[in-house]
Amino acid sequence: MTVAKVPRETLANALGADGIAAELAARGHDVVRTGSLGLCWAEPLVEIDGIAYGPVQDIAHLDAARIGPTDEIPALSRQHRLVFDRCGRVDPFDYDPTPIRAHLQRQPADILAEIEASGLRGRGGAGFPAHIKWRTVHDTPSDRKYVVVNADEGDSGTFADRLIMEGDPFRLIEGVLIAGHAIGADTGVVYLRSEYPLAAEIFSEAIDTARGMGLLETFHIELFVGAGAYICGEETSLLESLEGKRGEIRAKPPVPAVAGLFGRPTLVHNVITLCAVPGILEHGGAAYAELGVGRSTGTMTFQLAGNVERGGLIELPFGVALRELIEDWGGGTRTGRDVGAVQVGGPLGAYLTGAQLDTPMTYEALAAIGAGVGHGGIVVFDDTIDLVRQAHYAFAFCAHESCGKCTPCRIGAVRGKETVEALIASERPEVELAIIADLCDVMEQASLCQMGGMTPIPVRSALGLPQGGD
Amino acid sequence: MDQAALAHEIAGRHLDRIGGPITALREVAAEFGYIERAHMEGVADAFNLTVAEVRGIVGFYSDLNTEPRGRTHIRICQAEACQSVGARELTAAAVARFGAGLGETAADGSVSLEAVYCLGLCTSGPAATVDDRIIVRATPEALAP
Repeated sequence: MTVAKVPRETLANALGADGIAAELAARGHDVVRTGSLGLCWAEPLVEIDGIAYGPVQDIAHLDAARIGPTDEIPALSRQHRLVFDRCGRVDPFDYDPTPIRAHLQRQPADILAEIEASGLRGRGGAGFPAHIKWRTVHDTPSDRKYVVVNADEGDSGTFADRLIMEGDPFRLIEGVLIAGHAIGADTGVVYLRSEYPLAAEIFSEAIDTARGMGLLETFHIELFVGAGAYICGEETSLLESLEGKRGEIRAKPPVPAVAGLFGRPTLVHNVITLCAVPGILEHGGAAYAELGVGRSTGTMTFQLAGNVERGGLIELPFGVALRELIEDWGGGTRTGRDVGAVQVGGPLGAYLTGAQLDTPMTYEALAAIGAGVGHGGIVVFDDTIDLVRQAHYAFAFCAHESCGKCTPCRIGAVRGKETVEALIASERPEVELAIIADLCDVMEQASLCQMGGMTPIPVRSALGLPQGGD
Repeated sequence: MDQAALAHEIAGRHLDRIGGPITALREVAAEFGYIERAHMEGVADAFNLTVAEVRGIVGFYSDLNTEPRGRTHIRICQAEACQSVGARELTAAAVARFGAGLGETAADGSVSLEAVYCLGLCTSGPAATVDDRIIVRATPEALAP
């Protein structure tokens, strides 16, 4: 009997993976439902006895979709997978808990030292050094501490959290358990967005399986599904939401590491940050720190999306040039036209053009051109892009998603949207541009959180205004 | 049982859960199609909140709808990755075809349209959902109920 691997993953399922799995089983294959390999352009990607086929439309004509041996697909073998090493390769529920049990035998101080040595920084967008958060929670006395996982992956162009939670949910459970052990927490809460129902289903199954294996005897993990609010990806808004309230921002300080969920010290991390932790313990913090460039250590899970021929998940050490990702890995635009602009790091990220595409993907190099890595999303547009319209959208999105707590964001986004409309109709655009530049300065400097504080980034880059007044 | 009591009963299953009021309201919306004032009263009573607090929660989250939806509910992604491959044009075609704008229900109640901001299918846009069905590389035809 031959082994056929078929993803159980939202995109592959939307393209017929369930039906393909059933047909292969009916033909006598031993079907294994895996996660996605992240080669989204080839979904549904089916692997039969080590040979990959995709996109598979009709299993009667598999050979027409033959890619070759999975291990020899360059788009996979050239990656450096630490977070996604298992994803798409195995049935996630065929899980061996031996390594995590060994990690949990290590002393918290020893784990904290490994995290510090790794140089790991938050993958949600802010890039804050993880070990500082861990130590702060560890050192803050409290009757109870929490690990909170931010799986409210709202940035357009990002899907890494979804892929790992659908394809290797135990990687996240491992990260939560290790973090909880290291900081002295006994409860982990995963905040998952409601747009990801299959991830919720698979992750719930994984929690049950982990409980059945005895991994959750001294630690409780709970899954919370959101109710549709981009702002809840901001950590204090997320905490308010977990407390059952409107997701309104909290002023900082205190930071959540000191007073977070229900006022207790709380380690809030993005999914991918925590999913990097098991690999760091396995290979050692120092080995992890050798990957990447300068203070951008380790691997980043880049997500290539939008108008691109071969979109997908690309895990590489920091430092790869943006243009290489788009042209070599992505094969240029799907429409076949020239690249017009690329938005990096979600809706609060900059639109980059021309020579900016040669920027290496590191926190530092992107910051130097007024941009950011964000959660690793890269959205490609072809040369039909209308950047003024994108500036309008940036304000409109902020107006739609603003929590309303602070004035610069709540009012500024609406006024910004109106002013871009005036700009489009204007005979003296320099007047409106000056107003927008001024408004951007106010939003950047006076907003309570990065929703209002970073909306100026896509706006200025789209309109050719200089970034940052300071 | 009246609507408030039904919502109270649903809420009772989530009293000890983290984020319980939101989960209860999500379930109410799923069960009854939308959330009406009586439901808010039931949830408020169960969680010892004021109706105003519950109304505040309902108003904040886009999944917590207070109006009935069409017999078929269509969500079309409006975010950047889908914009780059024609989401605006798709949305305009859908609005014309179904006779409802984003956030509206057609006069005959057949279809309601909603904007959604990212379904995490950003390599394969435009993305949409038709009830529970997920559509990638969506065309106006593919959105038909």
